[in-house]
Amino acid sequence: MTKPVFVYVTYIASTPEKVFKALTDGDATAKFWFGNAVTSDWKVGSAVTFHRDGKLVVSGQVLENDAPRRLSYTFQAQHAPHNGAEKHSRVVMDLEQQRDQVKLTVTHDDFAPDSKVFASISNGWPLVLSSLKSYLETNRVLYAPWYEEAAKREAEKAVS
Amino acid sequence: MTARFKPKTVYVTYIASTPEKVWQALTSSEFTRKYFWERDVEIEPKRGGAFMLRLPDGRINVQGKVLDHDPPRRLSVTWHVEWPEDFRKLPECVVTYDIAPADGAVRLTMTESHSWDVPEAILSGGRMGWPAVLSGLKSLLETGTAPAIQMEPPKEMIEAIRRLKV
Repeated sequence: MTKPVFVYVTYIASTPEKVFKALTDGDATAKFWFGNAVTSDWKVGSAVTFHRDGKLVVSGQVLENDAPRRLSYTFQAQHAPHNGAEKHSRVVMDLEQQRDQVKLTVTHDDFAPDSKVFASISNGWPLVLSSLKSYLETNRVLYAPWYEEAAKREAEKAVS
Repeated sequence: MTARFKPKTVYVTYIASTPEKVWQALTSSEFTRKYFWERDVEIEPKRGGAFMLRLPDGRINVQGKVLDHDPPRRLSVTWHVEWPEDFRKLPECVVTYDIAPADGAVRLTMTESHSWDVPEAILSGGRMGWPAVLSGLKSLLETGTAPAIQMEPPKEMIEAIRRLKV
């Protein structure tokens, strides 16, 4: 059996510096990543966390930081329904200037056998990276219906 | 006839637009020539109709038939590459665009399906090209401008086509 690898490429009318900053700055990710604010000092070995409404949704560790060309970190989904049950996978972001565009390649691999997180991230990345492109090109973001629905369900559960 | 075609490459993008505008961008040459490397699309809007991508000098780049024409939800066409000449021996594939509303935006899913055990090296062409084409379509609809992303078919693809016996 081949191990699952998720690869997504998008071209953004921007600079590698601006794309790198958007991917590593908590205020920026909170805007285009549906409220998920990233925190890290981005030194190799340091922790990376994403919080949404104060709740931990993803945690990991910086593997590589070659700003503004490459960023890599481990990735453990802490949000429901995964709740940190699966081992860390790996995210690699490659940025390449091509004329007035940045070619951004996100490669997400090293998943647990029979990973359930793989299906989640395969749905998630196209929306996150489409939203990033809109954010940098038009200062508008896209919304994720299933994130809103999941948040609503959790809130309802907390009340009942 | 499409049952034997299996999806090999899928690309999803979300666009701040409407399904009608995305449909128009896929089916009218006024749009395609801006984001699809200057190609003009020609399409007979019915099942069994002709589908074509034409180069600026008039040569035919891609030729096929309409399998599904359901505006603004689904367009599916057979896709046979006529130019470059070497590529003509490749069997036709099927390209399907699914358009769905997604919370104020549009989710566009492109699926490239093949009827044979197509080598990865040949798939690399579409895997390289579609993100550039569909990033351009998204930019065009959201900003009014499409980028000029320069691209040649991957060397591994050209070599694999040369080796291919049909």
